[in-house]
Amino acid sequence: MRASFVFSEVVTGLRRNVTMTIAMILTTAISLGMFGGGLLLVRTIDKMQASYLDDVEVTVYLTQDISANDQNCTAEPCSSIRSSLENNQAVESVVFEDRDEAYERFQRIFEGQPELVELARPESLPASLHVKLFDPERSEVIVQEFSNQPGVANVDDQNKFLDRFFDLLNSGRDGTFIVAAIAALAAVLLIANTIQVSAYTRRTEVGIMRLVGATRWYTQLPFLLEAVVAGVIGAVLGVVGLVGVKYIALDQIFEATGGAIPKIEIVDILFPVAPVLLGVSILISAITGYVTLRAYVRT
Amino acid sequence: MIQLESVSKAYKTSTRPALDDVTVDVDKGEFVFLIGPSGSGKSTFLRLLLREEVPSKGRVSVSNFDVAKMPRRKVPRLRQTIGCVFQDFRLLNNKTVSENVAFALEVIGKPKHTITKVVPEVLELVGLDGKADRMPHELSGGEQQRVAMARAFVNRPLVLLADEPTGNLDPDTSQDIMLLLERINRTGTTVLMATHDHSIVDSMRRRVVELDHGKVIRDDRRGVYGVGR
Repeated sequence: MRASFVFSEVVTGLRRNVTMTIAMILTTAISLGMFGGGLLLVRTIDKMQASYLDDVEVTVYLTQDISANDQNCTAEPCSSIRSSLENNQAVESVVFEDRDEAYERFQRIFEGQPELVELARPESLPASLHVKLFDPERSEVIVQEFSNQPGVANVDDQNKFLDRFFDLLNSGRDGTFIVAAIAALAAVLLIANTIQVSAYTRRTEVGIMRLVGATRWYTQLPFLLEAVVAGVIGAVLGVVGLVGVKYIALDQIFEATGGAIPKIEIVDILFPVAPVLLGVSILISAITGYVTLRAYVRT
Repeated sequence: MIQLESVSKAYKTSTRPALDDVTVDVDKGEFVFLIGPSGSGKSTFLRLLLREEVPSKGRVSVSNFDVAKMPRRKVPRLRQTIGCVFQDFRLLNNKTVSENVAFALEVIGKPKHTITKVVPEVLELVGLDGKADRMPHELSGGEQQRVAMARAFVNRPLVLLADEPTGNLDPDTSQDIMLLLERINRTGTTVLMATHDHSIVDSMRRRVVELDHGKVIRDDRRGVYGVGR
């Protein structure tokens, strides 16, 4: 097979059909860009989940009575709450925090707002047991078991709050994938259409090629490569678009969350997202091209 | 070289078969006219040889190829042994004369040095030396058909199929094309030409196979167009 011949046919085909080619490349780029965005979001969510879940605790707040009188959690009912927590299979560790420690922590958290620190007194803060679980996802059990025990004021599950937060991010991710899928459908239809138009405008050539005994690869490879070349250009543009969006918008937005959402790094885009987009694009355009040629172009 | 044994071809869209129990044997190097009115089955005959169609019944062979039974991936090899010329020339209008001829070799993967050597040779054979860089629209009908013949012959096929090659040409130009076909035939290439042109068939006095309603109604060694003329 002569590569120069196939290559020149591909270039001719793409140029002859330039408006369609551009439309095909742009839709491919948009759909792949969205898909890549979705992948980055998945990665970001995973990173956040990993880092947050490490720190997620269930906090068992103790009643005023215990907070005031039992400084070291040695008397009943605090000591029995503590030991039953410690003996629980799901629990990794239990740390008792008395009023003064709670106050210190309060001061640390709100050191930017001195008037708030001014107002707070150690007596207004409850003592608590900070419970770390082996599997933070299973915090529900602890909440249920300890909420109504004597001496417990209430049980606070950080995981609950995080769940809501991650639900939001997950629906963002799902939305992105849905839009990406719709754009991908548009891209696939455009690729199929472009190949049909391309095959139609070159029907005389293809007819002659078949007559003189060109193999199917020779007659069809140029069309297939046309789709794949457009797909590759689309994927590259999609990646460039992602990098652009990162610098123009995402970096600022994520920074504004004060590090709650980790920044997307350029390496995250270059690997694995870029090769995945490239691979997906080549695969989809080649399959679309192949199926279209089988369905519409006689061999 | 070409054998049809009891070949029938029926199309789904028609109640009458396009070819009905046709048996024809063409030797290597023969020149055969295929005549008959429109719809008599001439085109189907040629299409079966090219494996553009598969017979409903019977056996078709060209050279050593069992045309009807060969797997699809081998069809290109069959077609590389057959050259084709048509009434409408079928040239690529965006390519020059020599590019049109070279195209037939490029697409079957012939090396460049072969192409640059044989294309001028074949253009000379068909009398188009000096017009290699012209575009098809700058040529007369006769010249365009010569380009088509150069393209059909450039790969030295064993068989040349010509489907009404003079149908669009005036009588003088038609004679030139026939001389060229004879010249190609003298190189040992088997020529099978479907035509309506009485005067050509009558003047050449070659083998005539006449089809009517899909049946062979005449096969004369040295025939004329109409019986008894």
